[in-house]
Amino acid sequence: MNKTINQKAWFFVIPVFVLVAFNAAIPLMTVVNYSFQETFGNNVFAWEGTRWFKQILQSERFHAALGRQIAFTFIILLIQIPLGIGIALTMPKKGWGVPVCLILMSMPLLIPWNVVGAMWNIFALPDIGFLGHSLNAMGFDYNFTQQPGDAWFTTILMDVWHWTSLVVLLAYAGLNSIQPAYYQAAEIDGASRWATFRYIELPKMKKVLTLAILLRFMDSFMIYTEPFVLTGGGPGNTTAFLSIDLVKMALGQFDLGPAAAMSLIYFFIVLLVCWVFYNLMMKNEAQS
Amino acid sequence: MKKYKWLVPTLYIIFLMLPIYWLINMSFKTTTEIINTYSLWPQKFTTENYVKIFTDSTWYMGYINSITYTVFNTVISVAAALPAAYAFSRYKFLGDKHLFFWLLTNRMAPPAVFALPFFQFYSSVNLFDTHIAVALSHCLFNIPLAVWILEGFMSAVPKELDETAYVDGYSFGRFFFKIFVPTIAAGIGITMFFCFMFSWVELLLAKTLTATAAKPIAATMTRTASTSGYELGLLAAAGTLTIIPGAIVIYFVKNYIAKGFAMGRV
Repeated sequence: MNKTINQKAWFFVIPVFVLVAFNAAIPLMTVVNYSFQETFGNNVFAWEGTRWFKQILQSERFHAALGRQIAFTFIILLIQIPLGIGIALTMPKKGWGVPVCLILMSMPLLIPWNVVGAMWNIFALPDIGFLGHSLNAMGFDYNFTQQPGDAWFTTILMDVWHWTSLVVLLAYAGLNSIQPAYYQAAEIDGASRWATFRYIELPKMKKVLTLAILLRFMDSFMIYTEPFVLTGGGPGNTTAFLSIDLVKMALGQFDLGPAAAMSLIYFFIVLLVCWVFYNLMMKNEAQS
Repeated sequence: MKKYKWLVPTLYIIFLMLPIYWLINMSFKTTTEIINTYSLWPQKFTTENYVKIFTDSTWYMGYINSITYTVFNTVISVAAALPAAYAFSRYKFLGDKHLFFWLLTNRMAPPAVFALPFFQFYSSVNLFDTHIAVALSHCLFNIPLAVWILEGFMSAVPKELDETAYVDGYSFGRFFFKIFVPTIAAGIGITMFFCFMFSWVELLLAKTLTATAAKPIAATMTRTASTSGYELGLLAAAGTLTIIPGAIVIYFVKNYIAKGFAMGRV
């Protein structure tokens, strides 16, 4: 659409601008403020320069949390994106199955995050939970509160349960926007199922899939509530992802300076990755 | 091969329903039964967990608090986002692209980063422990989302609609509310759905910004888990009840969901 140049449009944006600035800029300035100072309580501060940033960037605790975070995000993207596409491809296209699938699949998305954690906690408990009990009955030695490997497995399974539907819904919407003529042409050409997917469906889903990856990256990188309720970051620190570690530092130990510095580094990483994706997405949009 | 296609979504849905079933199963058991026996369905069926929630004000007020701030937030987000999304979809203005990306960055900000400053900020303006504080703090991620979704829907409406209305002598306000808003009603529905959803499921900020008067149901649940032992039955019943508002909302917007996602903006 060709847009008119109109500087008065700013007036329309003012309410949003004020609300978000009020919410984002002021707290963010507080964080920046803390990140360069040492606090002695009672509002006494001393200038610390970049000390906290250096400390965080060199601390093993931060490296470990970042490593866990990257591993977690990478694994869930690797599972959720292909699985989501696969389910979307096999979903019914018309009839009574469509609303049934849509409603049931959206359910996990609308459950408060701590309820998701609590639900998976009682679902996975080795003695009284269905998952834990079944795995132990099958002969696996499963206990997610004590074994790091099991804790990871449960956290990842929970996230797959919680968020794959988002990928499914996005991919499904992308598939639905393909005109039947494309499929007819493919059939006339005698294209295989794989070729149809590779050259028709996948390119048409590119936009929604970029969005799905972007959203899943952002949200999994910020994950806090679900693993916090499920495992509390344990056993030990093995499932303490960045947000869990950060909240522990800021609200638990009240190390405001290092926590603020960590917040900024954290935010910067998310921002950087999202900026790259956003540009990719806008480029795609401009092409289509 | 084609004959067994239905198997994949069916298995997936079964996988989705299992933990939910387990939660509901637990909610109809007594806590003693949960701890002592493993069973696929309640041996001694009881509704006492639900009775407790509906008669104890700390429990049911939690629901009322959660719904209150979620509704506040949805109304504020959509009301503020409507004119902004219109501006982004129709006009070019100084810094529009930067502003749009800046808005989106707030959807990307980890809430954990904002928890402490929010607590201090809302305490200093005497809004701590009010519904409006939670509603305003959720604007952080819901307004950018609302602007993003609405802009997608508005851009799909041809500009000729605006021009014809002006030629017919409509003022901007009358055009906007009488013609434009009804045209994108589906989009507004979707936007409200997502604002409701993200405000309903968020806990970190809601918990940080409240103590007693506006405490969300989700926070009430975590408290009960730690103080009075581990009342699993009660916890399960409370959890089951938090699924219901979401299920109702999904039912109403089911026809729009696919369409909303098709816009590629969520």
